[in-house]
Amino acid sequence: MEVVYITIGVSVIIAIIFFGVFLMNIKKGQYQDVYTPSVRMLFEDEDKSKKNIQKDQSINKNQ
Amino acid sequence: MGNENCFHCGLETKDRQYIVEDKLFCCNGCKTVFEILNQNELNCYYDFERSPGVIPKEFKNKYNYLDSPEIVEKILDFYDGQTCVVEFYIPSIHCSSCIWVLENLDRFNSGIKNSLVNFPQKTLRITYKEAEVNLRELVEFIASIGYEPQISLEDSVGTKKAVSNALIYKVSIAAFVFGNVMLLSFPEYFEIQEFWLEKYKNVFRWMNFIMVLPVVFYSATDYYISAYKGLKNNILNIDVPITLGVIALYLRSVYEIVFDVGAGYFDSLAGLIFFLLMGKIFQQKTYNYLSFERDFKSYFPIAVTTIDKDGKEKSKQVQHLKLGDRILIRNEELVPVDGIMINGDATLDYSFVTGESYPIKKESGDKIFAGAKQLDGLFEMEVIHEVSQSYLTQLWSSDIFQKDTHKSIKSHIDNVSKYFTIVVLTIAFSSGIYWYFVDVSKAVYVFTAVLIITCPCALALSTPFALGNILRIFGKNRFYLKNAQVIEALTKINTIIFDKTGTITTNQQKEINTDNINLNEDEKRAIKTLLRSSNHPLSRIIYETISEPIFEDRIMDFKEVLGFGIEGNINEFNLKIGSAKFIGLNKDEINETRVYIEINKQLKGYYSMKNTYRVGIEQLFTDLYPKYELIILSGDNEGERERLVQMLPPNTQLEFDKKPIDKLNFVRELQDKGKRVLMIGDGLNDAGALAQSNIGIAVSDDVNVFTPASDGIIDAKIINKIPELLNISRKTLTIIKTSFVFSLLYNVIGLYFAVTGQLTPLIAAILMPLSSISIVIYVTVLTNFINKKK
Repeated sequence: MEVVYITIGVSVIIAIIFFGVFLMNIKKGQYQDVYTPSVRMLFEDEDKSKKNIQKDQSINKNQ
Repeated sequence: MGNENCFHCGLETKDRQYIVEDKLFCCNGCKTVFEILNQNELNCYYDFERSPGVIPKEFKNKYNYLDSPEIVEKILDFYDGQTCVVEFYIPSIHCSSCIWVLENLDRFNSGIKNSLVNFPQKTLRITYKEAEVNLRELVEFIASIGYEPQISLEDSVGTKKAVSNALIYKVSIAAFVFGNVMLLSFPEYFEIQEFWLEKYKNVFRWMNFIMVLPVVFYSATDYYISAYKGLKNNILNIDVPITLGVIALYLRSVYEIVFDVGAGYFDSLAGLIFFLLMGKIFQQKTYNYLSFERDFKSYFPIAVTTIDKDGKEKSKQVQHLKLGDRILIRNEELVPVDGIMINGDATLDYSFVTGESYPIKKESGDKIFAGAKQLDGLFEMEVIHEVSQSYLTQLWSSDIFQKDTHKSIKSHIDNVSKYFTIVVLTIAFSSGIYWYFVDVSKAVYVFTAVLIITCPCALALSTPFALGNILRIFGKNRFYLKNAQVIEALTKINTIIFDKTGTITTNQQKEINTDNINLNEDEKRAIKTLLRSSNHPLSRIIYETISEPIFEDRIMDFKEVLGFGIEGNINEFNLKIGSAKFIGLNKDEINETRVYIEINKQLKGYYSMKNTYRVGIEQLFTDLYPKYELIILSGDNEGERERLVQMLPPNTQLEFDKKPIDKLNFVRELQDKGKRVLMIGDGLNDAGALAQSNIGIAVSDDVNVFTPASDGIIDAKIINKIPELLNISRKTLTIIKTSFVFSLLYNVIGLYFAVTGQLTPLIAAILMPLSSISIVIYVTVLTNFINKKK
């Protein structure tokens, strides 16, 4: 039953990793505009040659 | 495309004049946009929405100031010598086609690396290489396809506020910890005798111990700070008992775990803070696209064109304008300073300032006040006051704008919490002392248990949820409030002040009076024919009042004198239509707008135009006057006094000829007399009164376009519903008060367990969330109900 230490440990670590990613995304500003991406997503099919717009997300940090 | 609507903007097309590739356009502007988009392979624009376009405005030379590096530097958000990032507010963003075209700007110029739209905020963020494209070209291109960015004085002076994510971090940490601690505490809720559980319980406990640290020392910090501030000012606010509860919970749990006496209350602690923070989030309904903080800087241009002694034009920042500078104001530009008109055509619209939309004509030598918008042509003027000292902007030097005043609205919850805290502390100490004599080992236990269980979670939650919910309901009805405290303040109002022009009158329609003119049918037809050639708003109104058909004959010798009138010959008629001066009359000082008609050198009379009052204004005043003192505070002259006296309830006070600063002082005097004032206004001239009053609400025909700083913005269409809205606010307060009774009841039950020394972690873990959630449901359901019932 000592395996409990490992399983709990692993589950907590995974939880913390996901949580950390979530916090990072808040910081990046992913939740500041929750509408536009839903529209933007539909454009990609139109035009596959377009470069990826998401790259710009990183610039939001400068705000 | 067989329909008769413009392919670009969807407006009806009058004639089939503008056609490209069998597509029909309403005007040259729309046609040009189509051509530009076609050229740049951006014509997918029209695939997403039908007729998505906006008619572009003319902007000749308007953006010349963007050639000046120091102005550009102020506008840029980021600049590293090569790459520039700039963000524009573009009010005309409205559909998915807009997003598409603005995000594909790189097809127009390869120097544009990236462009990103934030649709809810109507902003466009562009990253570009300075070497390949300059800002002026960029802005001119965007403007030429109908997306004119708003670049205002604020961009250069105001510092942009950083959006704070702190509350979101705090609540997400609390949520994360709450969930995990709950899970790890779960085994402890049952009998601990079981072998494996007994063996691992210390692991669970110490994990809880670690996880709860960020909640206590980060998420809950706002409550400690607020409690500390309250105590410093001798106020026992609601955060004081909350802080006491949190501290008691934490210390008690730490003690239990460290000395291995029990499991502690970490689950309740994390849950408590999570629920409280949720309340805070819920109360914070923000309207991305609205701003309640605007002052004149949001509307004034960042730079104007000056003319130096040699007649050369140069862009200059508005703040650097000096006395005696000569400036050039073009079509659609805003006059940023007071000045004297030198030459050119000035037809000014003061609707930003006064709410009155009828344009005023100025001539050389006339004084021009800041805030006016030029409607036609261009003129030169000489600066007589710098930007901060003009008639209008002086208002903002009044101390009401200086302090960062959060109008302190004392919440009723602070009154309750004062007694609450005192009672709780009394019970805690007396039961602690009692147990000290009965059973010493239990004294501290009971003392902390009382503080824990009375922690006023439910009490603190009912207000934010009730007000937050009402805030959303109001928002759906197009009544937008800055924050939830405003609702509470609304219930305490006893005086309501209305501005006149633009607030209780409407800009959209004018009432036309034809009593002073006598025409036969042919004359009317001739007038109508001539008016057809004029775009002036007054021409259109008269055009629509004449029901007779127009002549098919051509107009000879047509002449339009900007801001004065039009003349021309049709058949045997020689017509002159326009202002008194245009006709050669010499009476002007009238209270109404008149259009004179002269046919064959003979004066026929005039049409007069009045503002119409908004629908339901009489009913609005009748509904309000039993409960409130009503005042009309107008910057106009007394021309409308009699009509208002007739229309409004008998004891309505009427005040005319008030300057912006007078309005502010008027409100202040009322407040000195103990009145609690709700000010309802619309223009920048009301800005002072709106800020000074207990609550200032701005009325707007289009909430996206223009509102002065205020506590709330109301759509002009629902202005007659104000009594209803006030009523809902009052009922909400009643609901909150009854919810207090319930939450106190929960506290009494909890106290029973605490005082008798039976408060186990399990009971705390059930009772605390149960009380919170049931109170939240109670207020949410009831507030929805009163709103449906109306």
